[in-house]
Amino acid sequence: MKEFSHLVGWALLLIALAVVPLFVHSARWIDFLEMTLFVAVLGQGWNILAGYGGQYSFGHALFFGTGAYIQAILQVKLGFSPWVAMWFAVSGSVLVAASVGYLSFRYGLRGSYFALITLAFAEAFLVLSRSLKSITEGGNGIQVALNQDPEQAIATFQFNFAGPFLSEYGFYYTIFIILIVAFAITAWVERSRFGAQLVAVRENEDAAKALGINAFRVKMGAICLSAGITATCGVYYVQKFLFIEPGIAYGPAKSVEALFAPIIGGLGTLLGPLLGSIFIHGVGELTKATIGQALGGRPGVDLILFGTILILVLAFVPRGLVGLLQSGWARLTGGRDA
Amino acid sequence: MEFLGFSLPSYGWSTVLGSAISGVFLGSIYALVALGLTLIYGVLHIINFAHGALLMLAMYAVYFLWSGYGIDPYLAMLIVVPGGFFFGYGLQRLVIGKASHGKDEIILLVTLGIAIVIENLSLFLFSASERSVLVPYDLDGIDLGVTYAVYPELAALGGSFLITLALWIFMTYTDTGKAIRAVAKERQGARLMGINVDHIFAVTFGIGVACVAAAASLLVPTYAVHPQVGSLFVLIAFTVVVLGGMGSFVGALVGGFLIGVTEQLGRLYLGESLGVITISVIFILVLLFRPTGLFGAKSG
Repeated sequence: MKEFSHLVGWALLLIALAVVPLFVHSARWIDFLEMTLFVAVLGQGWNILAGYGGQYSFGHALFFGTGAYIQAILQVKLGFSPWVAMWFAVSGSVLVAASVGYLSFRYGLRGSYFALITLAFAEAFLVLSRSLKSITEGGNGIQVALNQDPEQAIATFQFNFAGPFLSEYGFYYTIFIILIVAFAITAWVERSRFGAQLVAVRENEDAAKALGINAFRVKMGAICLSAGITATCGVYYVQKFLFIEPGIAYGPAKSVEALFAPIIGGLGTLLGPLLGSIFIHGVGELTKATIGQALGGRPGVDLILFGTILILVLAFVPRGLVGLLQSGWARLTGGRDA
Repeated sequence: MEFLGFSLPSYGWSTVLGSAISGVFLGSIYALVALGLTLIYGVLHIINFAHGALLMLAMYAVYFLWSGYGIDPYLAMLIVVPGGFFFGYGLQRLVIGKASHGKDEIILLVTLGIAIVIENLSLFLFSASERSVLVPYDLDGIDLGVTYAVYPELAALGGSFLITLALWIFMTYTDTGKAIRAVAKERQGARLMGINVDHIFAVTFGIGVACVAAAASLLVPTYAVHPQVGSLFVLIAFTVVVLGGMGSFVGALVGGFLIGVTEQLGRLYLGESLGVITISVIFILVLLFRPTGLFGAKSG
């Protein structure tokens, strides 16, 4: 019964996400919806490793940036089709994750040490992307040529001039499909033997090992899945904005953005990153619309708010919005279906 | 010399020596920033991501004391160091301790949240523009033959030694210092001995922030102040702390010099932009192969 109500809930949520842009005709609000889903996917990538696996990465930009750079470089420098480039982008990022994971987990880096080494790798790639000008164009960044031919819209994976429906909604449904895939993978993780082992490693790695779980392999699996999902965000970013540069790719902003949504929404829950993303984007828009105007559009307001919300959630709602909903639901139904 | 298609330039010994000496001066600044961080790690076993943001905040305090009241940056230490202590004490007692529920990963996230709030609050209040303190002596100095050292650089070098010494004396000979070491070694036992652990945690954090405030005073004559200035130092300070051994003051001092010299030589040989990669590479290597650092005790 519980299983069935969950399925119905998810179906309703997905239908809502599928039709909601059709009622919105302003480009600004479609952008808003796209960015909400984008951050939900970015957060889900981080959530697999940190929420389910207990490995807190502070350098997830590493996987985002690598995906984005491969997508841009293969198209611009080697003339690849974006549809081909994206597979290289995702596998390249997974390869980087496997290397970082191999080194960190083989040498037993846990907790804060793991956070520090991911940060160091992201920083190293930031420096490399700035310095290796022959590959990355350095600080100028790489620009993908804008396609203005509607016939080529699908082939170039660019919807800016793709006719009435696609030019408006193409990128929204792209990120919507990515979201479904990312969430389906996470749902599989949650139910699979692998996911159960991952959670066991999070709760107590030594105990998990004593039970015969190969903690190294489980963590490797988690970091690779996590990086793959995060890399699709990089691919999406390049196709939508047709531009990537070192700061956007490997700067700390993306690493931070990736962890806000799952923590606020609920660490280690399937719904958490989406709920968290909707919440922070909603709050962000609300502040822009209200006090943001009064303060003359000064920068920093939204991040002050997000940082404060992060601390408050960690202090008072450690299970996030999902936890709040669950206990609210339990109270409503008299504790039968928590 | 050629390596992977890069050809390394060759320099005369005086250029290399000059570069290394300027690395020592740079390293003293890194050591100054890292001293507070290593104290906080050694006792609380937490990675304080807000360290850079607190440095930046202290630098703004020094700047505004100079621009508003004409107080010399070095004299400002008498105000910002106690101020930093009380700010740090309150931050640990009222925010970090309360929000983290004693879990390491959560502390990490809480300090990250604090860093984000402080950085963006500064961006909001003071804008992104750079501000510099102009002191009459910032270009005077002494000629060392291969390089030239200005007085603020010499002050930072001297300051790094003095603060290291002061911390060592404090930790070795005072009752509070002994209590801090007791808490670092055996939290539960210290509590049973009647030490107020929460208070000692907050005192330690306060001293860490006081150190960073002293560092800010010594930095301001040579570094411009802007909201991102702290984040330039965060990764470097962590590298220094891990390299020197978490919790070791002498380690932080030596680690600071090592990183400073390596960075300057890296810049000389690999170029301005690629040169800084030496820091991340050292950091990664130390984390992997010697996470207890050069001077750190065996973990356990």
